[in-house]
Amino acid sequence: MALVAPADTRAAVDLALRGRKRDLGGLLFRFGLLATLLVALAVLVILLSTMLVDAWPTLSERGLDFVKSDTSSLASRAGVWQGLVGSLILVGFVAVFALPIGISAAIYLQEYARDTRVNRLLITNIRNLAGVPSVVYGILGLVVFVQALRAVTGPESSGRSYISGGLTLAVLVMPIVILITMEALRAVPRGIREGAYGVGATRWEVVRSHVLPYAAPGIFTGAILALARAFGETAPLLLVGSVTGYLSTPSGRTPLEIVQGVYTALPTQIFAWSKLPASEWQSNTAAAIIVLLTAILVVNFLAIVLRNRYERTW
Amino acid sequence: MALNATTRQPITLELMRGSPRRRRRERVVRTLFLAAALLGLLISLAIVLALAGQAIRWLLAIDLGWLWSEGWFPRADEFDLLTIFAGTLMIAVIAMLVATPLGLGAAAYLSEYASPRTRRVLKPILETLASIPSVVLGYFALQWINPALVQKLFASAGTFNFLAAGLAVGILTVPLVASVAEDALHAVPGALREAAYGIGAKRKTVTTKVVFPSAVSGIVASLILGFSRAVGETMVVAIAAGATGGALRTFNPLERGQTMTGAISSLAIGSDQVRGSGFAFDSLYFVGLLLFVITFALNLMSERFVRRVRSQY
Repeated sequence: MALVAPADTRAAVDLALRGRKRDLGGLLFRFGLLATLLVALAVLVILLSTMLVDAWPTLSERGLDFVKSDTSSLASRAGVWQGLVGSLILVGFVAVFALPIGISAAIYLQEYARDTRVNRLLITNIRNLAGVPSVVYGILGLVVFVQALRAVTGPESSGRSYISGGLTLAVLVMPIVILITMEALRAVPRGIREGAYGVGATRWEVVRSHVLPYAAPGIFTGAILALARAFGETAPLLLVGSVTGYLSTPSGRTPLEIVQGVYTALPTQIFAWSKLPASEWQSNTAAAIIVLLTAILVVNFLAIVLRNRYERTW
Repeated sequence: MALNATTRQPITLELMRGSPRRRRRERVVRTLFLAAALLGLLISLAIVLALAGQAIRWLLAIDLGWLWSEGWFPRADEFDLLTIFAGTLMIAVIAMLVATPLGLGAAAYLSEYASPRTRRVLKPILETLASIPSVVLGYFALQWINPALVQKLFASAGTFNFLAAGLAVGILTVPLVASVAEDALHAVPGALREAAYGIGAKRKTVTTKVVFPSAVSGIVASLILGFSRAVGETMVVAIAAGATGGALRTFNPLERGQTMTGAISSLAIGSDQVRGSGFAFDSLYFVGLLLFVITFALNLMSERFVRRVRSQY
């Protein structure tokens, strides 16, 4: 004899429990909560469409020419090429410096460090560094890289060079890389480590052959997001001297001369243009924002897809 | 029979430790990782030293009366701290008026209502919002939020004002508040919810009367963190609050004015840089130090609340 209640019995019980009323308050509450997410979505849609509409004159008239042109004092000839290249070089610095050091630090804090007072202090310190405003990192870069290390970072450009900008962004992003990597390492279950220890692996062998492969997708996604963050960061670059006006890039320089030379970046160009009142510049600003957002959103989308593909629950 | 099968030697502790090469590699790797971890401490020290040294030198050089005047006019040696404090506070409060309901609402929906599938669709909205650079939101505040919202509601608002900038900063802060608050709600044990459902509570009651109170430390932490983020936001203010050059002291969010971050950025790009006085540019170290101390204190406070959640469950 099956003890499953027939549908009409269930409906009757449901009705009796609800006191014969639809739960209106609960429904309203639920939609109120959902509405907050819809507001966020609406902001995104409005933002993107406003920028596209504003950018249309520039993008439709000049198309790829806008992307390929250098800085200029004429709105009709100015483009984002130097800014785009500059930003990519800066991100390159971040990838070379912040990622390896950040990931190593995370491995130490998560896999090696015991739960002592000193190590807890180290972790708290890094959490705090992740919350320090980016403009403060700009001042750090100004004092350390632009002023103190001028001889290395750019003797000709009075320290206002790719090296200074890139290292400042690397320092800014490193705490974020550490925190994301620690999170990814923490998600790998203990059993996997114990299995490797059980067959006599040393700590580093456990990390390299067992923990890192499982944490890799998480670390990789986090690294991508950190680089995207560096790509759009503006305030610190204003302090370490990203050029916001006209910039000439002579050809035939050695790589060292380039990275020690003056530079510009896409976000600081956007900032400088946003201050110019003429309507052609407004359209240029919006078009440059479209270029910036395209790069960031594509990278972001990739990161989300990657995560959804490789995410596993233990 | 404690004999090694192949060499017929007794097994010693030395043998069990493995080859010296392997142990040496282990030590080297460990030292490298430790060095990387200590770099974080070095960065903190560098920030404090870089800011404090210059800030104190500046304070000793100026006339302390300059810190209290009509407004923030570095060219004229007027460094009124109240002007930039009031500006920063207005931006942060307006931002939190936006970020608190939106962030907490989104967190509650994602944690308590959304199925794993809807979560997968809705979560990227917040993640995309988090990835928008602040310089873009600043321009958005100037081009859309101000003309389409602020100036429609308040006819007296000008091209640049605190309200438009604060709203944009609020939008920037939403993802941070939502993600920290969601973690806090997530940490509430399922048994508490089950117990409430078991005595016939509705989902709304469970969310508001059981889950939220249990997660209150984490929620407070998320709000403090959001506030700290809003205090430190630079580009939106630099573009939309009209924070170039000097500004009169004002407590009216519909007027243009200066914040701590705005003061630093406008000093840096040179709109206030006058070689004649020499005090103008160096004031940015002092403002930077104040900003660092304030956000650091806020972050520590939020960390304390987060730890309380962890020790509870």
